[in-house]
Amino acid sequence: MSDIVLHTKGLNKKFGSLVVANNIEISLPRGARYALIGPNGAGKTTLINLMTGMLPADSGHIFLADEDITSLEPHVRVKRGLVRTFQINTLFPNLSALEAVTLAVLERRGNAGNWHRSLPSYGEAIEEAYGILKTLLLGDHCDRPTRQLAYGQQRLLEIALALAARPKVLLLDEPAAGVPKDESGELFKAVAGISSDITVLFIEHDMDVVFRFASRIIVMVSGGILMEGTPAEIAADARVREVYLGTHHV
Amino acid sequence: MADQFKAAIDPQALLREQVRWRWIETIFWLAVLLPFWVTPTYLVLCSQIAIAALFALSLDLIVGYSGLVSLGHAAFFGVGAYAAGLLAKHGWGEPISGLAVAALAATVVGYLTSFIIVRIGQFALIMVTTGLGLLLFELANSAHDITGGDDGLQGIRMWPVFNYFRFDLYGYTAYAYSLAVLFVCFLVLRRLINSPFGLSLRGIRENPRRMPAIGAPSRSHIRKIYVISAAVAGLAGGLSAQTTAFVALDALSFQRSAEVLVMLILGGAGRLYGGLIGATIFIVARDQLAGMNPQYWYFWLGLLLIAVIIFLPNGILGGVAQLLSRKGRSS
Amino acid sequence: MFARHVSLIFDGFAYGMLLFVLSVGLSVTLGMMNFVNLAHGSFAMVGGYVTVTLMRNAGWPFFATLPVAFLAAAAMSVVVERLLYRRLYRATELDQSLLTIGIVFVSIAVAAYLFGTIQQPVELPQYLRSRITIGDFSFGVYRLFIIIAALLITALLVLGLDYTRFGAQIRACVDNQRMARGLGLNVDRIFMLTFAIGSGFAGLGGALAIEMVGIDPNFALKYLVFMLIVVAVGGLASIRGAFFTAAALGIIDILSKYHWPKSGAFILYFVMVALLVWRPNGIFARR
Repeated sequence: MSDIVLHTKGLNKKFGSLVVANNIEISLPRGARYALIGPNGAGKTTLINLMTGMLPADSGHIFLADEDITSLEPHVRVKRGLVRTFQINTLFPNLSALEAVTLAVLERRGNAGNWHRSLPSYGEAIEEAYGILKTLLLGDHCDRPTRQLAYGQQRLLEIALALAARPKVLLLDEPAAGVPKDESGELFKAVAGISSDITVLFIEHDMDVVFRFASRIIVMVSGGILMEGTPAEIAADARVREVYLGTHHV
Repeated sequence: MADQFKAAIDPQALLREQVRWRWIETIFWLAVLLPFWVTPTYLVLCSQIAIAALFALSLDLIVGYSGLVSLGHAAFFGVGAYAAGLLAKHGWGEPISGLAVAALAATVVGYLTSFIIVRIGQFALIMVTTGLGLLLFELANSAHDITGGDDGLQGIRMWPVFNYFRFDLYGYTAYAYSLAVLFVCFLVLRRLINSPFGLSLRGIRENPRRMPAIGAPSRSHIRKIYVISAAVAGLAGGLSAQTTAFVALDALSFQRSAEVLVMLILGGAGRLYGGLIGATIFIVARDQLAGMNPQYWYFWLGLLLIAVIIFLPNGILGGVAQLLSRKGRSS
Repeated sequence: MFARHVSLIFDGFAYGMLLFVLSVGLSVTLGMMNFVNLAHGSFAMVGGYVTVTLMRNAGWPFFATLPVAFLAAAAMSVVVERLLYRRLYRATELDQSLLTIGIVFVSIAVAAYLFGTIQQPVELPQYLRSRITIGDFSFGVYRLFIIIAALLITALLVLGLDYTRFGAQIRACVDNQRMARGLGLNVDRIFMLTFAIGSGFAGLGGALAIEMVGIDPNFALKYLVFMLIVVAVGGLASIRGAFFTAAALGIIDILSKYHWPKSGAFILYFVMVALLVWRPNGIFARR
């Protein structure tokens, strides 16, 4: 019996007459690897924005384990363990990778408000940050400013920042977006290497990746959930084919 | 690959390297002592520079390090100045406690306004900080029974510092006093910049959207630095009132807010010493051109501003840093 | 007492209409170009001084100078935009503010050099300076003129934006610049023209302002604040918002100066800050 770590009930959001989330109900069991797929504009990123609190919902509830987090501010949800990455690199251009991940670690530990001790004295936090960077193969150039990193490395840094927050639930928004096929090997190793204690929901357009990593797939269309099932079930479903897979290279 | 030949990276050492005290900083702080012997007739001007430098430093905290905009920072300077001035005028002329009162007054105003500041975006911030500055200006103007209005606050009599160093006409005490306060504040703020809090401020500057996503309580961080910045600006205002024994109404004006911003941008924001250097150049230039009609001063000031923004957007220190990194890369 | 208040509100409304003409250009360009142009007041000043010069040195009649004031301000804005502004379209609000503040300072100094620091009066035709009396109430003809002019301009703008092709192009650029570019619109040129027209209206406002509030080198800074209030509180790119905010601003200012002359502009700034905190995007903002 697996316990549900993330659960949304009746999540609704519309902008004027445009419905971007229609009665969304999702349940993620612990350790799951779920993929969220759907055509552009289906509302996948919007759903992540709703879950993380960056976009306030019109109605509905979001539960992290047993706690109703619907009214919590985004940074508080992160402290509770709900963490996301961004589809477009949302990094700190002039901070080095080491500084960025150390910052995330310090925020998690609650030390980021300390102004009287100098930064280098926080040895544990720095080592932890460096450790995360090393597992994502970013250790070597960790003191270069983020804007000087290659695009693929920046995508890895996105994940590093998320991992530094010690997530219980990780929402990855197109982790491999914009990364050419021959460079995405490292990225997938990183995703595969995420601890099985962490529950992962990832948005992805590349079906190879989806079928390789997901144990279950949720299909979204026009703000609503079309269906949910195992990769085999999804691949076989005619409706899904028509809406999405039909126009996509499998 | 040749990994086994690469030295193991010590991340702590990397960060330590960034924050360590550099020899050029020692030279800077020794150089500021020179006026006592080299140009003793200019000590009054030098203390003006020190005060402006402190003011610019306070602004750097929110503009250079946190990435916010403020066109109304003179409000805190003015509040501090009037607080210290009024205290001395009404009988308590002890300088250090006067400074404490100045900082406290500015802190209160900063604290109250900080709740507004965190809720709004950049353009509204320009508007609101301008508006708050104008508000306080009007308040001081209309309360001219207390503040002296257009004529300024006069009748300030300061007691000697530490009951020993009298404020003399030549400015020895004034400069030493201002410099000491500047240096102490500088050390404290330098530590703050190089602390985890300083890092989080830079995070807010670099990407305010990412901060909540890593669990950062951005609003609370911003409120904190805003209050600290207000307090330091208030200290600068208090120093000004004490060393010149006068508070002019235009200490609170929009022009002052714009000028301190110019000093900071000129020197280079977000570089700790930018405000100090900018203030020095600005005040010296203004003093040299003092014979000039004030209208013409604004002409050159405007031109300078335009030139800096177009050609040297990172200020003098930024330009120097760029030059050095280019040389480093080619050698 | 009642008649006094009617007269005050009338004056306030007229003042507000003047502010509207001065600010409407800023509202559109700020909303469209996202460029913080604090030098808008300088363009207004250009218009004002052009009118003064033409009337005093060349003996032109008042109405004839108005189109020239408009065009002069528009032309000046094109020069400044091509030379300076377009380098900073991607820059931070701070940098844009500072650049345009620099331009304001330069313009103030130049105006002081050319015209001196005192207010420049002009001699308007007699019929414009008279008053109309209806029963207990008396209204200044000039203020009436300003109100009518502002209403005409509002109608022009609203109809122009809603019913002309160029208006539609402007609205497209305001709504979604990237999309507009993708549709093949020459966003650059539209910016430049809109900016010119907006600055032209500022110049017109500056010319109209002479009789009502006077023109001197500090005009650019003094009224900048009010223009920013109209734009910030009214909401960017909202003509309706600018209209109502300007009207309210004028009325509040006149009334508060009458009842509490000592508090000056305090009430106004307080209301502005309060409104902005309540609705940071402006009261009438679309988003």
